[in-house]
Amino acid sequence: MRGLVKSYGGRNAVDGLDLDIRRGEIFALLGPNGAGKTTTVEVLEGYRSRDGGQVAVLGVDPATGGRRWRADIGIVLQSGAGDSQLTCLELLTAQAAYYPDPRDPHEVLELVGLTEKAGARGRSLSGGQRRRLDVALGIVGKPALLFLDEPTTGFDPEARRQFWSLIRSLRELGTTMLLTTHYLDEAEELADRVGVITAGRLVEVAVPAELGGRGQAPAVVSWTEDGLRRTEATQTPTAFVAGLAARFPGEVPDLAVARPTLEDVYLQMIGQPS
Amino acid sequence: MTAPTTRLPALGRVFRVRAGVELKEFFRQRESVVFTLMFPVILLVVFGAVLDYQIGEGVTFTQYFMAGVIAAGILGASLQNMAIGIATERSDGTLKHLAGTPMPKAAYFVGKIAQVVAVTVVTIAILLVVGVVLYGIDLPSGSQWLTFAWVAVLGSAACTLLGIAVSSLAKNGRSASATVTPFALVLQFISGVFFRFDQIPEWMQTIAAVFPLKWMAQGLRSVFLPDALAASEPAGSWELGRVALVLLAWVVVGLLLCVRTFRWRDRADG
Repeated sequence: MRGLVKSYGGRNAVDGLDLDIRRGEIFALLGPNGAGKTTTVEVLEGYRSRDGGQVAVLGVDPATGGRRWRADIGIVLQSGAGDSQLTCLELLTAQAAYYPDPRDPHEVLELVGLTEKAGARGRSLSGGQRRRLDVALGIVGKPALLFLDEPTTGFDPEARRQFWSLIRSLRELGTTMLLTTHYLDEAEELADRVGVITAGRLVEVAVPAELGGRGQAPAVVSWTEDGLRRTEATQTPTAFVAGLAARFPGEVPDLAVARPTLEDVYLQMIGQPS
Repeated sequence: MTAPTTRLPALGRVFRVRAGVELKEFFRQRESVVFTLMFPVILLVVFGAVLDYQIGEGVTFTQYFMAGVIAAGILGASLQNMAIGIATERSDGTLKHLAGTPMPKAAYFVGKIAQVVAVTVVTIAILLVVGVVLYGIDLPSGSQWLTFAWVAVLGSAACTLLGIAVSSLAKNGRSASATVTPFALVLQFISGVFFRFDQIPEWMQTIAAVFPLKWMAQGLRSVFLPDALAASEPAGSWELGRVALVLLAWVVVGLLLCVRTFRWRDRADG
């Protein structure tokens, strides 16, 4: 994708965005609401037209991608697929019928952990189950590329962990994934690389551990001394802690060593105080 | 990656799958079955019991009402059903989801048509059985069945297309229902469904004549009433030629509106 531009009413929602996603990787797109994440993804999905730039998804321009192209991508929308009177298995079987080389619906149910819900109607599922059904519908066509738009919004922590292991098993099956998310820990947990969008521009692309110079950022050592909380930013935390250990007879009270979290560098990048 | 040799599924197969989906979605939903399918039946039972009088030529009001209630049943199965159903599917993301799959777009409409046909046939069948069993309705005979068939097919086609077009105006299913349901009810009152059309004020007749329901009811009266009663129609005859013409015109208008206005995404979604 080169120089993508999309404007609404004279304002560029996406303003000259370049992005390459490699086969087989999980790429997470981060950014505040209104930064142009969803617009960018919807251009890639072929839902929106663009006003400038060149885009190729699996070698095809999404604006002209036909059924053959659609058969190779899977989309899990933010809104989900809506209420249904059909059972999970019926929904997956119908969806599979649109694709040339689908997965077995039973296997997909197994993969997303909904085997027990095969005969339950779509509308009777809980929020988390429904999201897993959305993913099942997204992957039943055996896509080479899967779009996941904020897949775990509204999940409880346990459901999110289960979901993450589902995404990892999909990667093992060779699926390339483009994920947008609000959760920094999710991006860190899943993504091979993350890109940060603000105001329609891609500010940085890096592996999660390196984003925003995080790899080189000083560590912050904190401890309690004479009843006061003390902190020290240092490039040599090991030596500093050894020094501390020598000053105290036993344990250093309340000792902690922290690197900036992905959230810290992210908030800094989008211009918000952490 | 899909191997280049694998073919996209055949259209006929996808059409059958969509038809199956639409039938299950309709017949498993209690609200749609009660409101669309049973409502005309309830009307028939209640009106048939309450308005038990002769309208002349030895014909009961129920015999007259049969034509109107079938026309109203077709309206419900097509216009109301499509407008509300599609507006709901547009606002809850079902349409956007489908547009993101390799499903041929035509398959969606084929599924909807299958749903309308099934609901219409079932509604008419129940109305006829209830009419005959409870109220001794005289069934059509001979060529009247043919008229019955073309009026039902043309009326249903026109109202289905209009319903699909109207769905694009609504914000969501609930707002579609809030607009279309009262509109349909008023249309039923002024189109000669509940009352004899020749007893409705002339200006209302004129308004009703713009819309398909009046012509469907009129065509169906020619099916259920003796020809002697054609004289009490405002035009003095069943005007079957004009019925066909007006309904065909609405098919064309509805088709144009659909092509111009149909959206796979919610308006709020940009």
